[in-house]
Amino acid sequence: MEVIKILGTDDTPNVILDTENEILEISGRSLPEDVTAFFEPILNWLDEYSEEPNEKTVFSFKLVYFNTASSKLILDILMKLEEMHEDGKDVLVKWFFPDDDEDMEEAGEEYADIVNVPFEQISYTLN
Amino acid sequence: MDNKNVNGFLEFVYDFYKSMKAHEITLVYEGEITHQITKAFTSLTESNMAKEEESNSVQKKVFHVMVECLQNISKHADSSNSEDFLFAGRGIFMVSKDRDSYNVTTGNMIDNNKIPELTNMLEHINGLDKDGLKQLYKSQMKEGRLSEKGGAGLGFIDIVRKTGRKLDFHFLPINEENHFFILTSSISRTI
Repeated sequence: MEVIKILGTDDTPNVILDTENEILEISGRSLPEDVTAFFEPILNWLDEYSEEPNEKTVFSFKLVYFNTASSKLILDILMKLEEMHEDGKDVLVKWFFPDDDEDMEEAGEEYADIVNVPFEQISYTLN
Repeated sequence: MDNKNVNGFLEFVYDFYKSMKAHEITLVYEGEITHQITKAFTSLTESNMAKEEESNSVQKKVFHVMVECLQNISKHADSSNSEDFLFAGRGIFMVSKDRDSYNVTTGNMIDNNKIPELTNMLEHINGLDKDGLKQLYKSQMKEGRLSEKGGAGLGFIDIVRKTGRKLDFHFLPINEENHFFILTSSISRTI
């Protein structure tokens, strides 16, 4: 499958969607000028991927900031993963948050509440 | 400018300066709010706060509030048919600071017919406790479709959740069709 690699900037996240190396990850800051346009290729990629996914799918979010407009699109990604899970696929969401960032931790908890998909919260130390 | 106007202008500049100092306004802008402006203002304020050694948590909250407020103006300020150049399609954005808090104020023109809905929404959000805000955010995110402009209606809820303070808002009449909508969010410096 096509590999998506988008290098992060100060307002868009770093994105890696690479089935061969089993890396599906969004990290950094997300407040794109046009959220819908930014996330569209990611959502389309996931649609295609879900047709023939790897044996195990681990999707990692390692965001330090996202705006409210991005929050809806993040949910859209999670809902696609939920669909895969409900289809009987092996899916795990890893939600990384800086250990001193309660808001990011809570955001993870909220997403975990909304979507029905195995969800792991992992704290890390920002240097 | 003739001499009289020059003097008037100089006095205005000085008065403006004094009043900015008096209100500790660290940033004021009038005009169109673009994405570039949003980026420039947030990074300017971030570096100012870093210099002031504000805690990470305060810096993060101010950043959140600024982004949501700026996006509110860029997406929702009404470009009125009004001939009045003072108000057409623009907004004012201000960041001020006092001993206890940072204040982010926006002002923009709004059509009268949008006021009842906006007032209801703001009053509803202001009336909710922490848990109520959380539930509303979750349900808005799930059900609220993104409007064509990309606003998810989540900005106000997010501001109140992040700051833990109610939104302060007023509508000043401009003419028969429009009011000027002023919104202030404040972020405690001692969190």
